[in-house]
Amino acid sequence: MPDAVLPLPEPRRFGETQRRDVWWLAPLGTFIVLLAFVLYSTWAAFQGDHYAWGPYLSPFYSPELFGYSQHSWFGPKPVWWPSWLLFSPALLILWAPGGFRLTCYYYRGAYYKGFWADPPSCAVGEPRKHYLGENSFPLILQNLHRYFLYLALLFILVLAGDVWKALWFSDPATGRTTFGLGVGTLVLAVNVVLLGGYTFSCHSLRHLVGGCLDVVSRAPIRCRAYRCVSCLNRRHMLWAWASLFWVAFSDIYVRMLSLGLWSDWRFF
Amino acid sequence: MPGATFRIWRGDAAGGAFADYSTEVTEGMVVLDAVLRIQAAQAGDLAVRWNCKAGRCGSCSAEVNGRPRLMCMTRLSELPLEQPVTVEPMRAFPRIKDLACDVGWNYEVKKRIRPFKPRPPDAPDGTWRMAQADVERVQEFRKCIECFLCQDVCHVLREHAKHQEFIGPRYFVQVAALEMHPLDAEDRLAELGQTQGIGFCNITKCCTRVCPENITITDNAIIPLKERWIDRHYDPIRRFLGWLRLKGGAGSGP
Ligand code: SF4
Ligand code: SF4
Ligand code: FES
Ligand code: FES
Repeated sequence: MPDAVLPLPEPRRFGETQRRDVWWLAPLGTFIVLLAFVLYSTWAAFQGDHYAWGPYLSPFYSPELFGYSQHSWFGPKPVWWPSWLLFSPALLILWAPGGFRLTCYYYRGAYYKGFWADPPSCAVGEPRKHYLGENSFPLILQNLHRYFLYLALLFILVLAGDVWKALWFSDPATGRTTFGLGVGTLVLAVNVVLLGGYTFSCHSLRHLVGGCLDVVSRAPIRCRAYRCVSCLNRRHMLWAWASLFWVAFSDIYVRMLSLGLWSDWRFF
Repeated sequence: MPGATFRIWRGDAAGGAFADYSTEVTEGMVVLDAVLRIQAAQAGDLAVRWNCKAGRCGSCSAEVNGRPRLMCMTRLSELPLEQPVTVEPMRAFPRIKDLACDVGWNYEVKKRIRPFKPRPPDAPDGTWRMAQADVERVQEFRKCIECFLCQDVCHVLREHAKHQEFIGPRYFVQVAALEMHPLDAEDRLAELGQTQGIGFCNITKCCTRVCPENITITDNAIIPLKERWIDRHYDPIRRFLGWLRLKGGAGSGP
């Protein structure tokens, strides 16, 4: 590599480009949708209330380790919880799926553009001259994505369990539990499918199941798994947005039921 | 015959400016046709590099209406001709004259990538055996025509001029092609983080969008390389398991 710095043309000013298309639309869309999601999910997580209705549990609160609904794993708020510290069952667990999305390769690329203008869009001038990329703290922590993946895989199991529970309705008059299917059950089922699609299309999973091998054909099961994950991975962006939208909608659905603002429709 | 205006950058390493040229447009014309027509009729000294006119040689790379493109593969019918079409040289490399720039840095980078080193032959006659499933992943990378459009659009080079610390998407494709090759036994992971700067890539995928060969540069080359690099540097669990396997393998080996 030549030691001398290359004599390049002056970098463009922030936002300067010869592009004719509406290049700012996609990053602006990312900014608005992601910001709306972060604001809503933070608000919903801090509420600590109206997150369950009948057999339904909002995915923002699942697993409910400690809490007051029938879904709680270990009973109500622990006695050792400091009184000065706000308690909400969502705050105990939401860091895991939040961290998974925050460190996702797709979202990283999208929010570096939408939130940090690094670059604002392809071939458009940037606001800062200094650039460290993902080479140093804090962005080097993005490399921990695979650990969040391990947790996210567990969450898929838990959320699938929630769908199973959402099939059993108890009659408040008799106390009897019967098998049934409500719109809420479907909402939670679609949520697991979309989150599953998002998690199983993860780049880190693709690497772990087979991408890390040069000779994958000697491990037929991994070869199959690699093909499946690669197939899902081609649509990772789509899974990312669809699951983001639906997980928020699932919370809204359960919240509205709990607030009595709309009622659940039962198929049987 | 309808006409169109082409706003072409004229100048050299010291500086330059856009100049407008109007020319006739006929059906099926590409940007390179218009530039060559202008060169033939109006600007005999206009410097432009081209060779195959078929999207194979990768020499006619430039920025058309602000987007890195092969001029010979950009049809005028795709462009809004009511406004002038801007044509300028790539911005990530030093300019020589008009649309020609010096892409020599890329060839220097290429020399620093460890070459293919095959494992010992599989058969006594000195040949190897490979399964289709193992080669097909690297076949995509072999489509590269070295047009350097991906290098041009990459903001790490174009905006931040990290040419000394970062090899750019084209060469991550090359490293991936070698590193994932089923016969290759070389280890290129150490340089990848240290001198080749994979950590500078922030996976914004501009390289993938401009590749005329539709190589999925970010998803299939860069991210898998980042993951391999993470295996080595940020995953103590995998390292420990690898070490155990190695120990177990060494113990039970012949
Ligand atoms: S994805 Fe990485 S290599 Fe490709 S253009 Fe963006 S920063 Fe450059
Ligand atoms: S990877 Fe694609 S864009 Fe980059 S040099 Fe090769 S063909 Fe051109
Ligand atoms: S890369 Fe998006 S979830 Fe792992
Ligand atoms: S002239 Fe060969 S690629 Fe355009």
